Amino acid sequence: MDIDTQWQALGTGEDETRTITKIAIFAVGGQGGGVLTDWIVNLAEANGYKAQSTSVAGVAQRTGATIYYVEMAPDTGKAPVFSLSPAQGDVDIVICAELMEAGRAVIRGFVTADKTTLIASSHRILAVSEKIVPGKGEQDSDVVLSRLGNASQKLVAFNMEEVAADNGSVISSSLFGALAGSGALPFLKSTYEDTIRKGGKGVKASLASFNASFEHAQSSAAAGSAGTKRPEQLKPEKALTVRGPEKKRAAWQLLLSRIEALPKQAHEMALAGLRKAVEFQDLEYGEEYLNHLEIVLASDTENGNWEFTRVAAKYIANAMCYDDTIRVADIKTQKTRLQRVEREIGLGAENQLELTEYLHPRMEEICGTLPVRLGKWIEARPKVFSWLDRRVNKGRRIRTHSVRGFLSLWLISSLKPWRRSFLRHEIETEHLQNWRDLAIKTVHSDYDLAVEILTCRRLIKGYSDTHKRGHSKFDRVLSSLTLLKDRKDAADWLRRLREAALLDEKGEALEGALKTIQTL
Amino acid sequence: MAERSFVKEVEKLRAGEGEVFRGEGILAITKALLENGVGYVGGYQGSPISHLMDVLADAQDILGELGVHFEASASEAAAAAMLAASVHYPIRGAVTFKSTVGTNVASDALANLSSGGVTGGSLVIVGEDYGEGSSIMQERSHAFAMKSQIWLLDPRPNLPSIVKAVGDGFELSEASNTPVMLQVRIRSCHVHGEFTTKDNQRPSMSVADALENPKRDLNRIVLPPASFLHEQEKVTKRLPAALDYIQTHKLNELFGPQGSNVGIILQGGMYNGVIRALQRLGLADINGETQIPLYVMNVTYPLVPAEITEFCRTKEAVLVVEEGYPDYLEQAVGAMLQKEGLTTKLEGKGPFPEAGEYTGQVMLDSIQTFLATHCDALPGKGRAPNTPGALPDIKELQEVVPMRPPGFCVGCPERPIFAATKLVEDELGPHHIASDIGCHLFSIMPPFGIGSTTMGYGLGPASASAFNTTKTDRRSISFMGDGGFWHNGLTTSIGNAVFNQNDGVIVIVDNYYSAATGGQDILSSRANNKSKSTKHPITEAVKGVGVKWVRQLDRTYDVTQMQSILKEALTTDVKGPKVIIASSECMLNKQRREKPIINQAVKEQKRVVKTRFGVDEDVCTGDHACMRLSGCPSLTVKDLDDPLRDDPVAHIDQNCVGCGNCGEVADAAILCPSFYQADTIHNPSKTERFFSKIRGRIISALQNWRERRSLIIEEA
Repeated sequence: MDIDTQWQALGTGEDETRTITKIAIFAVGGQGGGVLTDWIVNLAEANGYKAQSTSVAGVAQRTGATIYYVEMAPDTGKAPVFSLSPAQGDVDIVICAELMEAGRAVIRGFVTADKTTLIASSHRILAVSEKIVPGKGEQDSDVVLSRLGNASQKLVAFNMEEVAADNGSVISSSLFGALAGSGALPFLKSTYEDTIRKGGKGVKASLASFNASFEHAQSSAAAGSAGTKRPEQLKPEKALTVRGPEKKRAAWQLLLSRIEALPKQAHEMALAGLRKAVEFQDLEYGEEYLNHLEIVLASDTENGNWEFTRVAAKYIANAMCYDDTIRVADIKTQKTRLQRVEREIGLGAENQLELTEYLHPRMEEICGTLPVRLGKWIEARPKVFSWLDRRVNKGRRIRTHSVRGFLSLWLISSLKPWRRSFLRHEIETEHLQNWRDLAIKTVHSDYDLAVEILTCRRLIKGYSDTHKRGHSKFDRVLSSLTLLKDRKDAADWLRRLREAALLDEKGEALEGALKTIQTL
Repeated sequence: MAERSFVKEVEKLRAGEGEVFRGEGILAITKALLENGVGYVGGYQGSPISHLMDVLADAQDILGELGVHFEASASEAAAAAMLAASVHYPIRGAVTFKSTVGTNVASDALANLSSGGVTGGSLVIVGEDYGEGSSIMQERSHAFAMKSQIWLLDPRPNLPSIVKAVGDGFELSEASNTPVMLQVRIRSCHVHGEFTTKDNQRPSMSVADALENPKRDLNRIVLPPASFLHEQEKVTKRLPAALDYIQTHKLNELFGPQGSNVGIILQGGMYNGVIRALQRLGLADINGETQIPLYVMNVTYPLVPAEITEFCRTKEAVLVVEEGYPDYLEQAVGAMLQKEGLTTKLEGKGPFPEAGEYTGQVMLDSIQTFLATHCDALPGKGRAPNTPGALPDIKELQEVVPMRPPGFCVGCPERPIFAATKLVEDELGPHHIASDIGCHLFSIMPPFGIGSTTMGYGLGPASASAFNTTKTDRRSISFMGDGGFWHNGLTTSIGNAVFNQNDGVIVIVDNYYSAATGGQDILSSRANNKSKSTKHPITEAVKGVGVKWVRQLDRTYDVTQMQSILKEALTTDVKGPKVIIASSECMLNKQRREKPIINQAVKEQKRVVKTRFGVDEDVCTGDHACMRLSGCPSLTVKDLDDPLRDDPVAHIDQNCVGCGNCGEVADAAILCPSFYQADTIHNPSKTERFFSKIRGRIISALQNWRERRSLIIEEA
């Protein structure tokens, strides 16, 4: 039905609900939308308004998207008839406690450019669907953020979760502050503060968060820059300092000078890669890393803007620094690691920390940390292998705050000097060599394809079965090379295959993509 | 202990004559029950009336003072059967449950009750779980009222009207010897408003009085020949009495000028929505003063033909506003107009959509369409109101904004059960899995994707009963919560499986509460409850009905153990149902219970251990395998400031309650060594401090020894 013509035909009066202010709150279950709703009702009543709030309780809101709704009007002595739920195109203020919920409010039609003040926290709470993707699953916040301004009459958007956390409070207080700061309601700031005080719980932190958010909302409104992210500063190149024995420092300087000789485009990556290689093993390993890079560079040309070398710098470092037991033990026993954990959990000076690591080594990992011949000998004998596996393969809780637990990991990490003679190293080195040579062989005929071959290394990650699955995806993607041979768009296809491989755990999307290639 | 406490709010129930009560709809209903001298109250929790049960439970002292008996019924059927107390005795009784699912369960008792009829006023308060926020199939309670002849009240959704409906309901019930259903919708249960109170009334006859003076009347018992008598009585006596009462006491309301050539007939519950549409069209003012005549049916069954034909007689067209399908009211009104020989044009479904909630937009569009079609004579008032502005281009947004269905809370003890199930399926292949009603039904969502059907509360195992054959070794798996188990699952599902020698695997998810409805206590709850008998183990009940293979798991977070029990159940040679009871306390309730105690203890300088989990970001490779076995809101991802990394790594935020699922899953599924458990000891003892210092020194010595020999690279 054509609504527009119907409007004309009816030709009646004006909207009688102009004096009613309609406020919808979009939150994720558990964010405390109820507290904010109560505050708004109390605020309205304290200012001589009649107010009504409704919500939807029950299991449907456990961690899911939820809506609260408030209507208010100046008290004239009569009881206004309020609506119990928001209507599309008829909401004055929409408050969203999460960015994607703001997007949802727009999609559902509750935010309109002719009347809605949109107050949205720009932080993200990731949905399950975004987290379970093997690759990067997070949706693009900028798409939503950039649409909110046009969709609403006025937008106040900033990270209100952060403001609340910085003040030791929760998001309801910073949302309340942003509501006050937006000026969308004709109430004095002091009446908001009184409302919080009367609430009686965590008043001090709530007020601090309220005020910080109020200021933020006002300044962003004044600058007309609501909804834009803080301008991202150009990242300064990381400068590294080193300490340790003088000989080693001198050797490090020597390695750095070799990076200087690389094309500028590859510097950042090569420096990060070099650091990783040296930390993973030693300075000689860093040298090996740079050797690899220089071999790659010899086949690279300026025409490709040195992309081949840059990408190699990234993935060769990752390939060289495979995740073996020594590396894990090394990381878990470092001083910086303990400091990071203490920072993350906010350990107070008076408190004590106890750490338990959840480890589950299998015989495969043990074999990898054995001398090549011994490791191979065991692997070649399934009976011996499974006999040992039955003894090794179980969950272990290592208490790294205890001397015994710490020492067990520390001793494993002390095997580092012998790492080069272990089975895992041989396997990884061989794999690296073949992959690198394949890329170099390809680069002369198809530069882009060679870059893509290097990038496929991204598929190999994780431990045990996940690692195996990654390897199998890597092999399956590269197996398409024979089919793609001599195709102009080979690089494109390889990229598509890789992206498909990162979409799901089992590689179903990849199988589909491979089938498509077979029909080419 | 319920999820939400009303201990403070229930004090409002003591308010006397002429005071102003402010609060939620459910609290107002409770107050109204007391004002009307109710003698006993029962019910079964479920959104949207869960809080009504919680309010009553928290108000037991007040109820006791007034001599009102309160019972948290075992099921809706038990609640409805309780109304039998009003069959012979003039005691007012009220029960409440979620509808339509609760009414389904209660319908046997309700049908018997309404056949024999009642002496004391009998009120069934149904929370209509329909539309946005609903968690059940979308049906109407109306059909139950019609099939059993129970009068149905659907009051306007404001506190004074709802409170009045409670009193009207009791009186209508007594006047017509018929039980009355009071329907309240999701949002009116939780609407905040005010009304003027009256004094509470003690019941004129208490249940004790009745016990001391037992009565019986053969004519009220449902057995031939009385049942045939009841059928006649319903239409010859009770219906006319009800119609008379409704008309005399003006339970239905007329608004607006009655002279207009169009009018709207609406369910009371639709009133605010209809008024809002008229307000936006400029046809009603802010206080509801309307220019379009309204006939508001606060009683939607029975309809009063005299009132309806009278309303329609002068109108050229009327619109029936009736939410949901089928259109019972519209059909009935149509029949009345036809019989009366009126030519009034009847509209309803047509301008309104056949099915679905009557949202603000639907209301506006449909009423406007009706008026535009049938009343060109309306006074013009100038420009069109509320012309919808151009809607923003939302196509791109739709692609980006992810779905956010409800899911397991942070630290939920049910998560590891399904992680274990997923791992077992990875190993033994996919199985037919039957789900039930409760939080555990979230297993059907990502990341678990477990479960094929849900047939009703406590019916999970019963719904797998067809899959019982010797032709294959593969067994079905079914889930059921402790709530569903005690509701009816013990007999309907477990007893049924024992009797029919079902070979399937049954997992009873025991979280100590009826958790999905708000954490109410049930028989197997571990809490001390001063008015209820708790701590009855499910294992005993299951063995009692004859299950031979029973396993009790007391810590569901032990994924490895859960996995091995499940595997054993799927492969054992033992015949008959294999029942696993997986027990751990609902984390939402546990946190609510323990957090204040723990924080207080920390303040009092007592030794307290707080546990959290973390991820070593350098060890995590960003494959997110852990997420696919968790979905915990506090286990999320974060980008690292490292050019060598492509994918974000796992990260555990400050909401972590240290349940252990992450670490256990990483262990059981052999995922990775990234997870660590961090126990923070507040106020450690002196000895602890001493040993910690020694340990710290040794560990630093080892670290320093190595550091001195290595090259340390740091960011400047």
